[in-house]
Amino acid sequence: MKAKHQRLALAVLALVALVGAGLLAAFALQDQANYFYTPSDIVEKQPEVGQAIRLGGMVQKGSIQRADDGVTVTFTVHDGASFQPATYTGITPDLFVEGSGVVADGKLTADGLFVADTLLAKHDENYIPRELEGIDMTGNMTRTDTLVE
Amino acid sequence: MHAYANPTRFLSLARPLTLWFLILGLALITIGSAYGLFYAPADRLMGDSVRILYIHVPTVWLAMGGWTAIAIASIVQIAWRHPLAAVAARAVAVPGALFTALGLITGSIWARPTWGTWWVWDGRVTSVLVLFFLYLAYIALAFASSEKGGVSRVTAIFGIVGAINIPIINRSVVWWNSLHQPASITVGGSSIDSAFLWPLLVNVIGFSLLFGAIVLMRMRGILAETKVEARLKRMAAE
Repeated sequence: MKAKHQRLALAVLALVALVGAGLLAAFALQDQANYFYTPSDIVEKQPEVGQAIRLGGMVQKGSIQRADDGVTVTFTVHDGASFQPATYTGITPDLFVEGSGVVADGKLTADGLFVADTLLAKHDENYIPRELEGIDMTGNMTRTDTLVE
Repeated sequence: MHAYANPTRFLSLARPLTLWFLILGLALITIGSAYGLFYAPADRLMGDSVRILYIHVPTVWLAMGGWTAIAIASIVQIAWRHPLAAVAARAVAVPGALFTALGLITGSIWARPTWGTWWVWDGRVTSVLVLFFLYLAYIALAFASSEKGGVSRVTAIFGIVGAINIPIINRSVVWWNSLHQPASITVGGSSIDSAFLWPLLVNVIGFSLLFGAIVLMRMRGILAETKVEARLKRMAAE
C-alpha cells in the first residue's frame, strides 16, 4: 500500500468514525433536544400542574373560538392520536390558523386545560400561492401543479 | 489532478472562469430575484414574506455546501498533499461564514411574521448557528497557522471533524420536534408550488456561481500573496 493510499484510508476512516459518533450522540439526544411536547407526550409523561412545558401540534379544524374580549382564543391541539384543549390571550401570529402547526409555552391547569403565555405558529413544508387558496389545502402537488398551468 | 498543482496552469483556467461565474451568477440572481419579488405570487398563509425564500434557501444551502467543500479539500490535502487543496479550503471559509450569517439573518426576518418570533432554540436554528461558529473557529485557526498560502494539517483535521455538523443540520428537522418545517425539496420531489420553485432554482444556480466566483478570486489572491512573499524573501536574501 502506498503512503498516499494509507493516508487516504486513515482520513476516510476518521471521517466515517467521527460522523458516526456525531450521529449517535445526536440521536441519543432525541428526547432532550426536542423543541416541544406533543399532546401524546403529555398523556404519556403526565407533567405536573403548573410545570412550565412547551406544547406543539396541529390546531384541530373547527376548534378555534375567539372570546368576546377579542384577544382570548381557545383551541384544541392534536397530533393525530391525542387532543389537548388550550387557551391563549394575546395577538396571534398570521399563520395561526386551523389545520396548521402551533407551538405554545405555558402550563397545565388542574382541569387539564393548557394555558399558553406565548404562541408561535409553525409553517409546514408546503408553499401554495394565494390564488389557489381554498382549492386544495392538503398541498397535493400533482393537483396544484395542473391548476397553475 | 496534479496537473493543476502548477499555479500557472491553474491560474490560466481560473482567470476566465472567475469572470464567467461572476457575470452568469449575477445575471441569474437578478432574473431570479426580480421574478421572485415582483411576479411570483404571494403565499396562501405567509403572504409577501414568502419572498425571502429566494435568498434564504440558496444562502443556507451554500453555507452547508461550503463546509462540505472544506471537508473534501481537507481530505485531499491530507491524503494527496495536493498544494491547491489547502488554498481552496482556506478560500471557502470566509464566504461560507458570510453565507451562513446571511441565512441566519434572512431566516430570522422571515420567522418574525411567520412564527411570531425572531429566534428560537430549536434543532435546526441552533445547528446552523453552530455551523456559523465552526466557520469562525476555522477562520481563526487558518489565519493563525497558515502554511505557504494554505492551511496547516491541524486546520485540515478541524475541517474534517466539523463535517459532523452537516448531516445533523440536515436531519435536525426529522429527528427532533422542531419549529422549522421539514425539507420542502427532497430527492423525491418538491412540495413548493411550481410558481415559487422556478425563481428559487434560478437563484440557487445564480448564488452557487457567485459563491464559486468568490472562492476563485480568493484562491487567486492567496496564490498572489504567496508569490509576493517568496519574491520579497528572495530580494532580502540577495
